[in-house]
Amino acid sequence: MSSSFRHSFDIIGPIMIGPSSSHTAGAARIGRIARNLFGEQPDVAEILLYGSFAKTYRGHGTDVALVAGLLNFATHDPRITKSLQIAQDSGLQVSMKPGPPNADYHPNTVRILLSKGERKFDLLGVSIGGGAVEILEIDGFKVKMTGQYPTLVIPHADRFGVIAAVTTILSKHQLNISFMEVSRRGRGSEALMLISTDEQPPEEAVAEIHQLEAVKRVARIDPS
Amino acid sequence: MRFSNLAELVALCGQEGKPIYEVMIDEHVHETGATRATVLQQMTESFDVMMKSVERGLTEDIRSFSGLTGGDAKRVYEYAQKGKTLLGKQATEAVAMALSTSEVNAAMGLVVATPTAGSCGILPGVLSSLKESLGATEEQLVLGMFTAAAVGFVVANNASISGAGGGCQAEVGSATAMAAAAAVELAGGSPEQAIQAAGLALKNVLGLVCDPVAGLVEIPCIIRNGFGSVLALAGADMALAGVRSVIPPDEVILAMYNIGKQMPVELRETALGGLADTPTGRKLEKQIYGDDTKEA
Ligand code: SF4
Repeated sequence: MSSSFRHSFDIIGPIMIGPSSSHTAGAARIGRIARNLFGEQPDVAEILLYGSFAKTYRGHGTDVALVAGLLNFATHDPRITKSLQIAQDSGLQVSMKPGPPNADYHPNTVRILLSKGERKFDLLGVSIGGGAVEILEIDGFKVKMTGQYPTLVIPHADRFGVIAAVTTILSKHQLNISFMEVSRRGRGSEALMLISTDEQPPEEAVAEIHQLEAVKRVARIDPS
Repeated sequence: MRFSNLAELVALCGQEGKPIYEVMIDEHVHETGATRATVLQQMTESFDVMMKSVERGLTEDIRSFSGLTGGDAKRVYEYAQKGKTLLGKQATEAVAMALSTSEVNAAMGLVVATPTAGSCGILPGVLSSLKESLGATEEQLVLGMFTAAAVGFVVANNASISGAGGGCQAEVGSATAMAAAAAVELAGGSPEQAIQAAGLALKNVLGLVCDPVAGLVEIPCIIRNGFGSVLALAGADMALAGVRSVIPPDEVILAMYNIGKQMPVELRETALGGLADTPTGRKLEKQIYGDDTKEA
């Protein structure tokens, strides 16, 4: 048995703007996670859709929902229906098209490429049903993140002691780590740390981690 | 969770002498550390949203995103008020209220996914009809939502609740099974009868494909929600009468999973087969999107 669905509110819920939990609410969640990982509103969003997403994105409102997520709207935000217009008005340029067919991908997969000036960001996400999502890649790093728990996503230099420094800060703030994952491109190069905690990490903890020399950025993803 | 299938769930209920909804609430409290009051409160919020969506579709003129659907909920509701229906007033009203929520969903209104948005009409349809037939209070109906959640939890983790993953049997089918179990417990049936109702109802939607016209969550989705509510009530009635599913409910779920895997991709939320690929389905698709429906 997989345990992607953990409790009552993964089944009853989300409270959402229709019409599809996987293609609208799930898509909005993936878009919002991308936005929060990027840390600010991008100037350009390039979206590639796969499988069922590619075939039904207009009818299911996937386009509108992904963009709503990029604008940081929650699944129940009524502004979702007007997101394309709002994006345009606020200078977010969006392009959306089916990606090259990939048999390995789950039927509801999306790749989101964001940029602002020189900054670029890339995410691969899957909507697995009922509004639940999984993020499988962040900036080329293979990960597995559901967004069901508060999660810190920390790109950092792959150096001795960084992980210990981060976990020390978390334990100082009495945060219990429920899941942790580190993936790296190669020895001594860039790495990405994902840490899920039972409680929401406070701003101070995030700021302290940010101050570590090897840490480039810290994004906090809250369950939504 | 201390259970991963329906048999374990019923065993747990037996050990603790509790209905499914109580076990489900306990599990939630244990798992998340939230208080019982908070958990109930959160479910009540979902209940309120559900009832509002039922209400909206019966009182407002709902037109869907595409303009293709809307107004059927009202039609059926008004028909039921005239008194003479073949199913009886309460079951016909359940149909109306299931249609209502699904129409609101198709119009990009606010709904609760139960377990998905495509199948969001069935549980509210059934619960609102139980308000009348059983005189169930709001508190009781909210408890019934935990029964539904328990069944949905098992289906979601052992099979699928996504049309793209397992066809419409995974959406409308799961919702029907969930609502059937909830109806049994609210009517005073045992946990065993509740899961039998889920198994019976699910058997009747095995193989149901996902073939939404033009990729919209409208045709056939909305009508299927209407039917799902009646199917759930029928399953509940059969189980309460003592009918059992010879194939155990957990095995029905397994069958649903396997059928989903055997389904061609055309019939899993790609709008390439089934009703989507009928002459009228294609015509409507063109009407909505113009000719540029080909993939890049
Ligand atoms: S036909 Fe497909 S989109 Fe419509 S309710 Fe069924 S599973 Fe959902």
